[in-house]
Amino acid sequence: MLLINARPNVLLKDPARETVLFRGRAIAAAVIFLALTVMLGVRMVQLQVFEHTHFRTLSENNRVKVLPVVPTRGLIYDRNGVVLAQNVPTYSLEAVPDSIKNADQLLAELGQLVAISESDIGRFKRILKSAHRFNYIPIRLRLTDEEVARFAVVRHRYPGVDVHARLSRDYPLGALLAHVVGYMGRITEKDLEKIDQTNYRASSHIGKTGVERAYEEVLHGGVGYEHVETNAQGRVLRTLLRQDATPGADLYLSIDVGLQATAEAALGDEIGAIVAINPRTGGVLAMVSTPSFDPNLFAQGIDPESFKALNTSLERPLFNRVLYGRYPPGSTVKPFVGLAGLEYGAKLANGKTWCPGFYQLKNQQHRYRDWKRSGHGSVDLHRSVVESCDVYFYELALELGIDRMHDFLGLFGFGAPTGIDLGTESRGLLPSRGWKRNKYNKPWYPGETLITGIGQGFTLATPLQLAAATATLANRGLRLQPQLVERMVDIAAGREHVNAPRIVGQIEISNAKHWDVVSKSMIDVVHSKAGTAKKIAEGIDFRIAGKTGTAQVFGIAQDAEYDEAKIRKKLRDHALFVAFAPAERPRIAVTVVVENGGSGSATAAPIASTVMQRFLRGPADPVTAPRSKLVALGAQ
Amino acid sequence: MRASGAAALERTLVEHDNTLAYRLHMDVPLLIGLVVLAAIGFVVLYSAGGQSMDILSRHAIRLVIAFGVMFVLAQIAPGHYQYWSPWIYAIGLIMLIMVLGFGQFGKGAQRWLDLGIVRFQPSELVKISVPMMIAYYLSERPIPPSFKRIALGLVLVIVPTLFIAKQPDLGTALLVASAGLFVLFLAGIPWAAIIAASIAAVASLPIMMNFLHDYQRRRVETFLDPERDPLGSGYHIIQSKIAIGSGGLYGKGWLNGTQSQLDFLPERSTDFVFAVLSEEFGLIGVLLVFIVYGFVVGRGLYIAVNAQETFGRLLAGGLVMTFFVYVFVNVGMVSGMLPVVGLPLPLISYGGTSLVTMMAAFGLLMSIHTHRRLLSE
Repeated sequence: MLLINARPNVLLKDPARETVLFRGRAIAAAVIFLALTVMLGVRMVQLQVFEHTHFRTLSENNRVKVLPVVPTRGLIYDRNGVVLAQNVPTYSLEAVPDSIKNADQLLAELGQLVAISESDIGRFKRILKSAHRFNYIPIRLRLTDEEVARFAVVRHRYPGVDVHARLSRDYPLGALLAHVVGYMGRITEKDLEKIDQTNYRASSHIGKTGVERAYEEVLHGGVGYEHVETNAQGRVLRTLLRQDATPGADLYLSIDVGLQATAEAALGDEIGAIVAINPRTGGVLAMVSTPSFDPNLFAQGIDPESFKALNTSLERPLFNRVLYGRYPPGSTVKPFVGLAGLEYGAKLANGKTWCPGFYQLKNQQHRYRDWKRSGHGSVDLHRSVVESCDVYFYELALELGIDRMHDFLGLFGFGAPTGIDLGTESRGLLPSRGWKRNKYNKPWYPGETLITGIGQGFTLATPLQLAAATATLANRGLRLQPQLVERMVDIAAGREHVNAPRIVGQIEISNAKHWDVVSKSMIDVVHSKAGTAKKIAEGIDFRIAGKTGTAQVFGIAQDAEYDEAKIRKKLRDHALFVAFAPAERPRIAVTVVVENGGSGSATAAPIASTVMQRFLRGPADPVTAPRSKLVALGAQ
Repeated sequence: MRASGAAALERTLVEHDNTLAYRLHMDVPLLIGLVVLAAIGFVVLYSAGGQSMDILSRHAIRLVIAFGVMFVLAQIAPGHYQYWSPWIYAIGLIMLIMVLGFGQFGKGAQRWLDLGIVRFQPSELVKISVPMMIAYYLSERPIPPSFKRIALGLVLVIVPTLFIAKQPDLGTALLVASAGLFVLFLAGIPWAAIIAASIAAVASLPIMMNFLHDYQRRRVETFLDPERDPLGSGYHIIQSKIAIGSGGLYGKGWLNGTQSQLDFLPERSTDFVFAVLSEEFGLIGVLLVFIVYGFVVGRGLYIAVNAQETFGRLLAGGLVMTFFVYVFVNVGMVSGMLPVVGLPLPLISYGGTSLVTMMAAFGLLMSIHTHRRLLSE
């Protein structure tokens, strides 16, 4: 109830009364103050006693961060210890998203000190959207020392930005082994789905192609951990605990760099592929696909223009022809068809026929031509291989029939992947009746059998398949799986794992003499006066067993436009040559394919000879820097 | 009756008359309390400032200036203050209006007035001029004040409060309002009126919320649920509570507060310094500090009760209330009991203006206490 002051309006105060009143109020105030203070006290007790444990835990979590430690990636060497892939320290400029208030401004300012390209900016912003708040994300990789110094001067102005030393992948031999070793690239969403994300927490790159990819798990190693004390900006102050990362294992490939360089140089400016296999182990001694590319471009993040140039180039430098190039094997299948004839007891295999330069099926007009218009005359198996008579093999094919040819050639790995430890590969094409029915729903025609006998028609093989089949031939039927990695060395654990030769199977031949027949004919391809590859017999002191092939063109699918000169070349036959040496105790089996190279004997055989000489004799002169045919990207 | 009242008054007087302190117009117990607080401030600031001697030396300078101001103001007799109250109040009000008109921006709010040489926060002056004015106004007539007086008194409080709130500076507005209202309370507003007004205030809170700026509304929302925005406005509260709570009973030890040392706690030298104190000295430390503050408040009330004039009592009371509100709101804010309003902790928080204001207030208190007219005169 409001007390209306009814006192008379006097200026005289009543001190005593006022004192008492004031005192009362002061006491009331004191009580209120005390009550409020007690309230605060209770609150403090609540926080510091009852909820102490809870907050202590939060306090610990705040200050201790678990940071992943990136494992050192395994190195890749050739069989003799030449480095093919290594880790080099590089400096990168990185920023913590949490500290960035205005990304555009920050990048503009930093761009004054360090070269930052449009694609750098674009990539940074993209990663920024999805990145963890307190993890560093790179703005630019591979800073020069000068750029590092320039930033160091103003580092204090940018609390969330820093220069980090990282290990970057480097390929010292560049394009020479680009298709074998492969390259690494940034981890993408697709990659994330397939990998153990915890193990890759500190990694930004992953193997994309080649050995880098096929052996990713072995090379990557295991992630380590650090418990660090940080401040709220995420800046690490000190390490409390560390569990070291497990480094990846080093790989030693079966490749011989010297041989690889020789092979690549021998191909020169041609487009094609060379594969050399050790028939005794299955180890791949050389694998060349030209044109090649510089994998170092990918290591630091290739810019879109360069990638587009590589990707759309007509010569397809990114395409590994050894694994994916599908070529009609042409005459190189003849030894195999011949062996099939012997095995199946075909009459012609042990007999003779007359080659007039063409062949006609009964009741048919069409002439199936022999490459030698005038014909080879009287030919048997031996002579037909040596001089590569088509008519003989038309007849033999007809006698065998497509399905028997299919089955027999299948034993040597045609039409199936070789299983090489490089990931995927093409399986080529080995036609059969059933296949044609499935694929085209059409019956098989005898004419198709004919041309299959000389390695034309539907048949397609990769250089790797040809090489593996040749090695099997060299081994007299012992089929080994081609392998690139010879041994894996885990330095940390002090262990070495050797990839033993993998036996796929042994082709049983009823009579060992059949191998002799085929071998001898292949030796005479090179070493007899009538052999299609007689030219390469000059100047070598060992015996080569080989077979030339000249395949009509089925282009690797192209859908670009070309100019006239290119068109003409594109219509030329592919040149092939398969061989092993020394013929008596083979140590190397080689396949050479030169696209649109014309004649197998003229173009492919000499290359194979060069390769085999290098392998068997060793380097003729000190190893020179390998020359790589790089597709021009403008500035090189 | 009057004579006995006067005698009673005389008896309640503490006999200082001839001591040095009294002649210097220093109230020793209060002074000791303030010095202890300042010392605690030094210790805590050293840690909160990252062991920076720079911050410490700057704080020391400010303290010296502030104590100096206190000393100077204590020399002036309360009568003078009483005389000049309305003018001081008017100046304060005008400056507030000027700030709203063309104040300098600091931290996104119009609080400063740049007078060329010196930058000045008028709201600091108002913190003193409002209780002073109310005390002056109400002491013209015998207390308890008439309804008219109460009404006008409210106006005198509310107008500057609104100006300050418009800057916007909710914390200071709250402070000024509570000081002024407290003076009214001490002057004897009937309890019934107080209760009625409180109910009305609480009821109108939702309506008041509408007048809040966005960020102020967010402050309140964050206060109600800091977890909702852990990296934004809730960050301060969450980190502060972690700091306080993890201190436990005995604290982590001086200079060992991980929240503060590791940059997790923002504003740790200023508004949130109490969290540093709690983290490093624990509940024990906290309670000790409460005791010291309590002592200062108690001494202030004592001075208020023993003041000779109504003006002195009311003013003293008002100033004590100001001090108390500072401490209560700051600790409440830091511990998550109140929304973040940006009031520093007196004598411990690093920062100049409010330190000077607070010490000026204590100067006034000392003045009130040590200028005694012997009634026998």
